[in-house]
Amino acid sequence: MAEVVLQNVSKSFGADIAVNDVSMTIPDGSFVVLLGPTGAGKTTTLRLISGLERLDRGEITIGGRSVVGETPAQRDVAMVFQQYSLYPHMTVRDNLAFPLRSPILKTPEDQIARKVAEVAEVLHIPHKLDNKATELSGGEMQRVSIGRALVRSPSIYLMDEPLSSLDAKLRADLRIELKRIQSDLGATMLYVTHDQIEAMTMATHVGVLDNGKLVQFGTPREIYEQPVSRYVASRLGLPRINILPADLFGGAPAGASHIGLRPEHIAQGEGKPGQVMRVEHLGDHTRLHLVLEGHDIVTLADPHSTLAPGDSVAITPRAALYFDAAGARIA
Amino acid sequence: MSSYSITEPSDRQKWIAGTLVVVYALITMMPLVWIFLTGFKSPADAISYPPKVLFDPTLEGYVNLFTTRTRQTQEFLAANPPQTWADEIVRQYDMVIAGPSKFGERFLNSVIIGFGSTFLSIFLGTLAAYAFSRFKIPLADDLLFFILSTRMMPPIAVAIPIFLMYRNLGLSDTHLGMILLYTAVNISLAVWLLKGFIDEIPREYEEAALIDGYTRFQAFVKVVLPQAATGIASTAIFCLIFAWNEYAFAVLLTSGTAQTAPPFIPTIIGVGGLDWPAIAAAATIFLLPVMIFTILLRKHLLRGITFGAVRK
Repeated sequence: MAEVVLQNVSKSFGADIAVNDVSMTIPDGSFVVLLGPTGAGKTTTLRLISGLERLDRGEITIGGRSVVGETPAQRDVAMVFQQYSLYPHMTVRDNLAFPLRSPILKTPEDQIARKVAEVAEVLHIPHKLDNKATELSGGEMQRVSIGRALVRSPSIYLMDEPLSSLDAKLRADLRIELKRIQSDLGATMLYVTHDQIEAMTMATHVGVLDNGKLVQFGTPREIYEQPVSRYVASRLGLPRINILPADLFGGAPAGASHIGLRPEHIAQGEGKPGQVMRVEHLGDHTRLHLVLEGHDIVTLADPHSTLAPGDSVAITPRAALYFDAAGARIA
Repeated sequence: MSSYSITEPSDRQKWIAGTLVVVYALITMMPLVWIFLTGFKSPADAISYPPKVLFDPTLEGYVNLFTTRTRQTQEFLAANPPQTWADEIVRQYDMVIAGPSKFGERFLNSVIIGFGSTFLSIFLGTLAAYAFSRFKIPLADDLLFFILSTRMMPPIAVAIPIFLMYRNLGLSDTHLGMILLYTAVNISLAVWLLKGFIDEIPREYEEAALIDGYTRFQAFVKVVLPQAATGIASTAIFCLIFAWNEYAFAVLLTSGTAQTAPPFIPTIIGVGGLDWPAIAAAATIFLLPVMIFTILLRKHLLRGITFGAVRK
């Protein structure tokens, strides 16, 4: 395991700037999640670290060693791809053994057998080892491809939305499993996703990318509670943060054009009256959809709330975030 | 549970389709059956009209194909009784077997040149197709068009320049010359077909192999080639069939050492009238390698045709 450092890393494809001057330190043993919508440069960042793409500018070091001129094999990284991950002409066993048989590792066969059995056990696939890779379900395939990364002990694990093609139940299981494996191994992991639950539950650090730029890097809590911009604020939190005109409740700092209110940051019982449009009882809590002076607001209510559409609720901000016209946070 | 299905054809439809396929197969197989049977007929049966379906089979055609024979006097024949079943067959014409014919050598030439050029076409074609498919090559589209343009005229249109070139280079009537020539003709087909197949193989496989600790060439061998096997097999069949059947250049450029079977077979006609059974025997034997090769690769060929449709 090792610390991975990116310094002023840039990469363009033709006129498209995929990664724009990104600097980031992935501490040894950390679980870093890169968050951002499609096209934000998450996957390109992974590919730059893995060596599958060549840098335009900047520097990448793994464990203090510059890897810019090295091939993917020399960099000692393991990567899990979003799809097409297994070698279709091989059995599951051979897929798992493939990295160990590489000319760089040349592991003896008895060690390979032991390691493969071990990883298969962790991922609950020992009974599938002799299947052809194409004879697996989607979830099994993805587990095998995670396993192919886990058989090695690379400097860093790179994972490109490894869970995105799975169903919700399996995703939840593997999320926990991955996090457990990472902390057991003390592995350094860089994980790309656009799923904020994955980001919040697994990450020790979250990096938020927007149009190739790293706009904020910090713990999930920091990103959630102290977002640097309106963009970052709206990346985390479900239901999403309510973005409203700054002067709606009064008391806005000078220069603020918008107020950002997370659903749980709205106090009920005093303030301006909003009209209840819809009530969603979700069991452990209730979601209220309100309209206040023509603005939609989502907030939370008691699980046994008796509010009904048409009722009026007075609301007031409790912990507001203020953004200027360009979207930067000012308070 | 109902067995009714929208996509599954009904029994009646299956019968109609089956019958059509069988009828079509019979029609296309007719010449082959005719050649096969003629090889076992006597010269008289071979040219009888209406054609004989039932006849006394004889190996005369095959004996004539593989041997040269001389006519002998009755005294000589009486003094030298036949040694083998082949001798017996030629005795009925007062002949003895003088030695082997050139057919064996010519057939071997066909094998060397046919398979040699197929191997070379596939070897070069796969590497070129991989490069075109995966790397950013300046003017790649123009280069591909240029490669294809070599097939935009009948190859024989350049027969005279090639003839002169080969004579100057000392490639006339050599195995190497014929292998290079057939490779040159086949390579455009090989590059284009194989590029299509390799394009279909997602890059992620190679990228995974690169990260798993392999070099690009190792990834190509271990990951791309096995998956391109289907495409390689079907392309190899096309290349072999062309090289195997090629007649015009073979007539023009070979006469002895490197002569292949196609220009040799018609020369059988010139020896002592039309020996149809021997010609049919030669054709039968000539068909076998391509037939065996195709049957061996048949599974791949079928998958090759449906490639792309079923993968994703």
